[in-house]
Amino acid sequence: MPRWGMVIDLDRCIGCGACVVACQAENNVPINTEDVYHQRRAIEWIRLERYWEGEYPDIKARYIPVPCMHCQNAPCEPVCPVYATYHTSEGINMQVYNRCIGTRYCSINCQWHVRFFNFWEPKWPDSLKNQLNPNVTVRSRGVMEKCTFCIQRIVKAEHQAKLEGRQLRADEFTTACAQACPTDAIVFGDLDNPESRVARLVSTAVNERGYRLLEDLGTEPSVYYLKKVDLEAPVEEHSSH
Amino acid sequence: MQERHHLGEEAITRELFRPLVSTPAMMWVGFIGLGAVLAIFVFAVSWMIYWGLGVTGLQRPNMWGFMIVNFVFWIGISHAGVMISAILRLTQAEWRRPVTRAAEVMTIFSLMTAMLHPVIHTGRPWRTLYWVFPYDFWRNLWPDIRGPLVWDPSAILTYLTGSTLFLYTTLIPDMALARDRTTGWRHVLYTILALGWRGNERQWKMQTIAGFLLSGLILPVFVSVHSIVSWDFAVSLVPTWHATVFAPYFVIGAIHSGVSAVVTLMALMRWLFRFEHYIRLEHFDAIGRLLIAVGTGWLWFFLLDIFFAIYPQEARELEIMQFRLFEWPFNVLTALIFIFGYFIPVPIWVFQRFRRNVKIMFWTSIAVNVGMWAERYWLIKPGLMRKYEWTFDWNWYRPSIVEISIVMGSFALVGFLLLVFAKIFPPISVWEEKEGVHFAQQLQVGKRRVSAIVREF
Repeated sequence: MPRWGMVIDLDRCIGCGACVVACQAENNVPINTEDVYHQRRAIEWIRLERYWEGEYPDIKARYIPVPCMHCQNAPCEPVCPVYATYHTSEGINMQVYNRCIGTRYCSINCQWHVRFFNFWEPKWPDSLKNQLNPNVTVRSRGVMEKCTFCIQRIVKAEHQAKLEGRQLRADEFTTACAQACPTDAIVFGDLDNPESRVARLVSTAVNERGYRLLEDLGTEPSVYYLKKVDLEAPVEEHSSH
Repeated sequence: MQERHHLGEEAITRELFRPLVSTPAMMWVGFIGLGAVLAIFVFAVSWMIYWGLGVTGLQRPNMWGFMIVNFVFWIGISHAGVMISAILRLTQAEWRRPVTRAAEVMTIFSLMTAMLHPVIHTGRPWRTLYWVFPYDFWRNLWPDIRGPLVWDPSAILTYLTGSTLFLYTTLIPDMALARDRTTGWRHVLYTILALGWRGNERQWKMQTIAGFLLSGLILPVFVSVHSIVSWDFAVSLVPTWHATVFAPYFVIGAIHSGVSAVVTLMALMRWLFRFEHYIRLEHFDAIGRLLIAVGTGWLWFFLLDIFFAIYPQEARELEIMQFRLFEWPFNVLTALIFIFGYFIPVPIWVFQRFRRNVKIMFWTSIAVNVGMWAERYWLIKPGLMRKYEWTFDWNWYRPSIVEISIVMGSFALVGFLLLVFAKIFPPISVWEEKEGVHFAQQLQVGKRRVSAIVREF
């Protein structure tokens, strides 16, 4: 049984936003117009947080792509009254759109703000209607939606492996965001398969400069980040945590 | 000692049934005014359900807003009924008699109004009614009982069922009284509701036992309802929500606002129906004394909540506490809560002269509820606005006109339902009032002979 996870190398991330666009296209995420952004209701399953470090002129832009953390001990799961959000056996925090009644409690209990509510009926311009991914449900108004680690790709690969009567190979497929990343900053794969890139990263680089967002909450996120390597920064003492 | 005018039984019946047969002009004003606001409420709710929650001011960090604040407020108000009628009945406090009925009815109507909020607040209300409230047994689609949003409807529905039974048990003798004095459709209605009440000894005995039993059984529910409502917040991970003190804190806050709402209702009933002989100044005096204790208890928990946020020295908790205590506009809100919730009303209630002044009692009770509404907002919103370190996602919450209409409309809804109730059922329990008269004795106090109850038993 695989256990899906992700490593995001912030040292490689250039903040281009390709992951956001790729996710939007792959997962039938509604087009976020300017209005929607102003209402703070934009839906981005993976979003790019930009922070400024330092004071002008010594200023640096820092980018963090934030998808769903797929916590192994997810706070969003037990608060759903109808089991619309639940944990799969493969470690994915899943959302059942048809079951969702839209209490939005999961969003309140998610500290990473990666659960999105469909405040309006989703709309696409006519020219884009034919590009919707047929393997992904179009969510209606009033339900929550979130990153699924491209579950449709996972299911397809697993199905294919089963048809061919073999085990799933390491890095046989990847998520849309990882596929689109020009610098290969996002690595997706099976954490339990020692041959996969993501497992190798977790056992090497993550030990040196890895961390997980809001790790201290004890929710066991499945997404690891690799800290930026700043050559100009003064050498700081590494503490144990 | 309870002083009272000597009133004959017939006079009591006639006066207390008066709202049923004659409608004071102000009542019509109330029906029309509240009805108009209610129409806006219905329109706003329909608008919101038709277009979706996009028409509210909710957005990403602020996924819950005015409607949830208002929900907690109305659940709070609903605690008045049991506080007044069950606890005071069990402790045999004599001054409860004229207010039990009104308090019980307010409990039921405010619970119903409160329950409306979480339902219309969901993204797909039609599914909520289908999947959470009646369990979908036959398709084996169970709700997740780990979640507080499932505990909530079960606790509230239990409370609603209990209070309705309790109200009805105390209503039966009055229904028989009304049955014998009416004709037409009212006669039919009261005949059905009176359940064949003849007023014989056995029936009285059963009615008394049922009343006592129900008040005893309802007490644990009374404590649990607002505890469970507080767990909606306390079991989550949001800083300042995640507090163990929330359950007792919410309960005492509920009693504070609920009993104050009963004072408001007493003053309104006294003015609207001219019940001066029944809702007397000594009743305001007694409930004022109760409120001093309740209000001070609430203040203690309010300060404890702040203390518990400071004590663990947790950075996130402290930051939000700093934000909601000292930063605009929450500093003003904090001051408002302190002043309206405690420092205006309680020092006034300390003086008997003011406790026996209906106008002052009315306005102080309104002040308490303004403060308590603000307190619920203060408890719920800041934690969401500044949830964790995602500064880019921090945002203010601005309620839209739809949400404001719903909040205003909820007050109109409760008011309207109370008026309708007073038109069909006697707003003061007639048999309890008569029971009080039977307990009263003629006493010589100095040179004056008064009818009073000295020993409460």
